[in-house]
Amino acid sequence: MQRPRIAVHKFASCDGCQLAFLNAGAALLTLAQRVDIVHFAEAGWLDPLAEVDIAFVEGSISTPHDIERIRAVRASANYLVTLGACATAGGLQALRNGIRESANWVADLYASPQYIESLPESRPISAHVKVDLEIWGCPVTTEQVLGATANLLNGVAPVNPGEPVCVECKRRGHACVVVTQNAPCMGPVTRTGCGALCPGVGRACYGCFGPAELPNAASMAKHFEQSGLSKREVARRFLFITSAAQPFADIGRHYQDE
Amino acid sequence: MHADRFLPHAALQGLYEALAERGYAVIAPRVKDGAIFYEESRHPDSLPWGIRLEQDAGASRAVQDTHTQCFAWANGPQALKPLTFAPRETLWRIKRTAVGFAVEAIEHAARPLAVIGTRACDLAALSIQDRHFLGGPYPDPGYAARREDMLLIAVNCTHPASTCFCASTGYGPAAEAGFDLALTELEGGFVARAGSARGEELLAALTLENATPEQAEAAAASVRHAAESQTRAIPGTQLRDALMARLDHPRWREVAERCLACGNCTLVCPTCFCHAEVELPELDGSGSLHAREWDSCFGERHAYIHGKQLRPEISQRYRQWLTHKLATWHEQFGRSGCVGCGRCIAWCPVGIDITEEATALLK
Amino acid sequence: MSSVADFFMNSPHPPQLARIVERIQESDDIFTLRLRFSDAALQDGYRFTPGQFNMVYLPGAGEVPISLSSDPEEREGFAHTIRAVGRVTQGLAALGRGAEVGLRGPYGRGWPLAEAEGKDVFVVTGGLGCAPVMAVIHYVLKRRERFKRLVILQGVKHSHDLIWRASYERWAQEADTQVLLAANATEALWPWHVGSPIDLVAQAEFDPAHAVAMVCGPEGMMVAAARALKARGMDEADIHLSLERNMQCALGLCGHCQLGGKFICKDGPVFAYPEVKALLERGGL
Repeated sequence: MQRPRIAVHKFASCDGCQLAFLNAGAALLTLAQRVDIVHFAEAGWLDPLAEVDIAFVEGSISTPHDIERIRAVRASANYLVTLGACATAGGLQALRNGIRESANWVADLYASPQYIESLPESRPISAHVKVDLEIWGCPVTTEQVLGATANLLNGVAPVNPGEPVCVECKRRGHACVVVTQNAPCMGPVTRTGCGALCPGVGRACYGCFGPAELPNAASMAKHFEQSGLSKREVARRFLFITSAAQPFADIGRHYQDE
Repeated sequence: MHADRFLPHAALQGLYEALAERGYAVIAPRVKDGAIFYEESRHPDSLPWGIRLEQDAGASRAVQDTHTQCFAWANGPQALKPLTFAPRETLWRIKRTAVGFAVEAIEHAARPLAVIGTRACDLAALSIQDRHFLGGPYPDPGYAARREDMLLIAVNCTHPASTCFCASTGYGPAAEAGFDLALTELEGGFVARAGSARGEELLAALTLENATPEQAEAAAASVRHAAESQTRAIPGTQLRDALMARLDHPRWREVAERCLACGNCTLVCPTCFCHAEVELPELDGSGSLHAREWDSCFGERHAYIHGKQLRPEISQRYRQWLTHKLATWHEQFGRSGCVGCGRCIAWCPVGIDITEEATALLK
Repeated sequence: MSSVADFFMNSPHPPQLARIVERIQESDDIFTLRLRFSDAALQDGYRFTPGQFNMVYLPGAGEVPISLSSDPEEREGFAHTIRAVGRVTQGLAALGRGAEVGLRGPYGRGWPLAEAEGKDVFVVTGGLGCAPVMAVIHYVLKRRERFKRLVILQGVKHSHDLIWRASYERWAQEADTQVLLAANATEALWPWHVGSPIDLVAQAEFDPAHAVAMVCGPEGMMVAAARALKARGMDEADIHLSLERNMQCALGLCGHCQLGGKFICKDGPVFAYPEVKALLERGGL
């Protein structure tokens, strides 16, 4: 039987999610024994148009060229998985979405702005092509990515939990930073996957895994305000790494505009 | 019946040693990250000496005070539940074979635990969990293994938090049953009472003086005072019919505007038992683990059924939780599922108060 | 302290091994697996009541509760009829004859067959709700003398969802048996009713005072069916429904299948209508 073929593609991103593979240690060798990695530029394999069973995509769509590329990736892949906040929600770079002056920034920052061609908005992969599985995180973890891969290799759809960080935080027995420190923790409205990393070291979750399954962002925002954050600070809690994901986008803008 | 003894604070080390000699790992409260946690301990120095708990709806701070007691606080976010109902545990493992697969046993490394500082509310909750996990047609072996050799040293509550309401549920502040030893802290030590042969044997081994009548009365008075000083109360212990008649009450929508659906109330609740099962296949294809983990009725997995979410709204999830805890629990356990520990109030990030909600619903 | 071996022997959690002896594609997404426990003694001793279910385990994917659809007195094996709708059932759909799965069960309370003896049996099903009562139909037809009339009412959303069409046609020819079929949407040459199966309750020929109804399908349909049966003069206590909820342990432990004060997995899945009426009729619970 032919081994499944996988590809790892990069769009507008920091490369951090691809590290979920590269930092996997021995598991990466195990993976390489089960699949043929045909394209993974950061690791040295180059064949971007090869037909694959699973394409992992990191990064958001930010340029006209990205749109052409993602369509080609989709056409070449049987199953498409987005990796991380950029690919799944537009990423940190989506902060420029909807800001009119952003067009001038390029001219202000770069000596030869004519070489830069950006779309007006940074958008997730799902805005352009069909996505089979979205893995959230900034960055995604090795456990998430290899867990999903193990499921796919086993012939079943991966589970993709949308439970809030709080559930994992309590399983791990961390002290709640909201209750003990009045910290502006996004954990109650943020999906788990990180293993409650930040509350585990005594700091507030900043929402990098995006909205949970049933997030009450309005109540969370109101709570932040009541616990002493200014409206602008409340807006920044939501308009950060997954600023384009709903309901974070709407609640963030609501507080920003007030 | 043996007389109550007096266990001076200075004799706690002897108690720890006696427990260790009898093969128990000692689990005791300690302050960590601003809260009180029950963890393995070798020395009473790690107890919350001089600690006071400033606790209210959505807030809890363990504060260093100048007093000389080690149990002058009510409770932490967890006590016994993680020790018996494990937050995560493997149920079985499979290995693939040439013709299919084989199911493999899981090593169960339960060891005898002695828990110092169990509150009356937590003992009441434990008896509910015992009934749930052990009393049905399919006793749970993991729970049974962890529960089997557990020695419980209760400490009667003398400093309830503002969130406590055990006096109104009838499950505290004094431990009535289910303990091996029950202590009541006074200045300088504890009035100690045995609740089992094991407990009596321990007390005898520590060669303690009998408690004086004054000490016994001071202990009883401080527990009475603890009951009287509670400011919150559940509006009744037989709320089944009243709550089930109010499934369309506007309060469900009102509370849902605040409720974050984060599940914290269920996870800190000492009687909540819901858990989900998960399958974790090995990347190399050689096998798979089947595990279970704490779950919550506020989560998406709870009422999901082939493509459909039966409780898609927060109001429905909150209603499920509260009506189960205070109403339909009676059908399953013959009593309410609320022991009055107040954890769901203190550890709710937005401070939703079950006593306030239940009271409002009854109006 | 119990030994590891004891723990494992006594644990209700791990599944037993069973092999697929036959796989039948019933429709585009519905298939039947005929199974046999790999351990012969286990297979010999395996008994179930129609309406009960097994937890079917696909290694590497997880477990799903699936009702038994075969005749309870068949000793060589048993059958599950499954719709491929979720990650585990889609995985199970890919398995062929000879593949090994895990199984534990049977669980729950089945249909009140003893109570139905000497009475008319009215089976009302919607969609794949037909699977849990298929075992009832087999049971009644094999022991025809113990029961009076058998009315089989089956509704599907679309006519191409109807499985076991040949069986329905055959049963319609049996003595004292009435088959009523309905589809909300149909392809050409659908000789039966177009519309809701509830419409057909009025056409059923049975004695409402001496009948037991067994209803299985979506909750809304079951409530409507129970009302229609009541309107025909049946006592609510003679109407039985098979309920469905998320089930992860099937042991009454995990809490997912709760409906009010019931654990569907152990108190049900079959309930007399009055036991669950109030909860079902209001929904969202």
